[in-house]
Amino acid sequence: MATKSLHKRNDELANANRQLEILSNGIFQNGELPTFKNKISETSQFPLKAKKLEILQINVGYMCNQVCEHCHVDAGPDRKEIMTRNTMKQCLEVIKNSGAHTLDLTGGAPEMNPDFRWFVEEAAKVGIKDFIVRSNLTIIRANKKYYDLPEFFKKHNVHVVSSMPHWTRGKTDKQRGDGVFDKSIKALQELNAVGYGMPDSDLRLDLVYNPSGAFLPGDQMSMEKDFKKALLEDFNIQFHSLFAITNLPIARFLDYLIASENYEDYMYALVEAYNPAAVANVMCINTLSISWDGYLYDCDFNQMLKLPVNSKARHISEFNEELLEGRNIVISQHCYGCTAGAGSSCQGVVA
Amino acid sequence: MLIISYKKIISNLRLSIFVVLRLNHIDLYSLELIVMQKTYYDPADLRKFGKITEWSEELGEKFFEYYGKVFEEGALTAREKSLIALAVSHVVKCPYCIDAYSKDGLQRGITKEEMMEAVHVGAAIESGATLVHAVQMMNKVNKLEM
Repeated sequence: MATKSLHKRNDELANANRQLEILSNGIFQNGELPTFKNKISETSQFPLKAKKLEILQINVGYMCNQVCEHCHVDAGPDRKEIMTRNTMKQCLEVIKNSGAHTLDLTGGAPEMNPDFRWFVEEAAKVGIKDFIVRSNLTIIRANKKYYDLPEFFKKHNVHVVSSMPHWTRGKTDKQRGDGVFDKSIKALQELNAVGYGMPDSDLRLDLVYNPSGAFLPGDQMSMEKDFKKALLEDFNIQFHSLFAITNLPIARFLDYLIASENYEDYMYALVEAYNPAAVANVMCINTLSISWDGYLYDCDFNQMLKLPVNSKARHISEFNEELLEGRNIVISQHCYGCTAGAGSSCQGVVA
Repeated sequence: MLIISYKKIISNLRLSIFVVLRLNHIDLYSLELIVMQKTYYDPADLRKFGKITEWSEELGEKFFEYYGKVFEEGALTAREKSLIALAVSHVVKCPYCIDAYSKDGLQRGITKEEMMEAVHVGAAIESGATLVHAVQMMNKVNKLEM
């Protein structure tokens, strides 16, 4: 289990350009596998174009209490990139004036940003339809100052989306670190206790499943059934929906794929599972990702690969919905991760 | 990517042989040919399974259609079928099938314990099949002995 980010280790894969090189060389350069651009061209889906903005996803910082092996953000306690209150204010202006119906806060562990609570309080006042916080669960148990998070989320009617790789201790701890499973279970029980995830409750609690290794997620519906049965029987835990998310071959997951000699097989699996119907609904079409320093990206993955939006408006201070709508989405081979099988987005399957 | 194919080759050959080949200036392409000629099973061949239709389109396609249908949800769940396939893969000792259904099991969230128990079911039937023939041996011996 890694304890430091690639960034802190000065690993060559901490460099976004090096990751993009890897994704464009080898099997994609010698024609063994088609590039994503060529693949979507087969069904006349190139260039991918952004439609009306519906979801604003804001990454409030890369700092996290965990160092998960598969993390595409390369997050960890040693990451110091944190969104300032000033940038948050600019985001609030955009939230007020844009047509987006969903606000999605992510990180790192977003709760570790010192202005997180202030931001949630202010953003909740805007009255956005769906206000998501992506919580890793263990943060709720990490320190006394976070113990009241379930109540805080409830007060602001936040929709909690949490990672839970498996209903067994072994698989969870292997991916996310020792003790993560027990803390996650405790946190889920506490969320249930204030009403989150209960049947017919308006307090939404959804779980995210992503495979703990070099394989694709199974059918979202049957995984949800398995998760619900096991969590209820073993721990009396309830939740609403399960989002099955495919791991994209970037950052620490790419590092893992290469080190374990699974890279080629994984890329083959992604390309073989390519589904043109998923392309029509990939999240970059209606989402905008904002980084901790206020720059705009087509998705959180492009943010990590430092691939800025293809638009004159590149920073939250220059936000212009009309300019951004219809922009060409920036793509590379990692995009196969969102179009495999039933597709994958931050809200689970798309096709 | 060079690094990757390099690693794959190393995994196919013992390192010592690899070093000798390098010292003798045998390039990586020839090395790959040697690997192809010297091993019956190459994990990368599994990806080429679909190509069997190229030499007999009708039969190949009918087979894949049947195969796909068999593994759909039915009276048995796709999950149960995956575990049966894993057990049978071991009994028929098919390395490709073992790779495929180990991965399929992981994708379906099947646990290691479930997978291992399934393989034991296959092993128990296989050893039972051997041992039940002991009755034939006993019959024969009893018939022949005075």
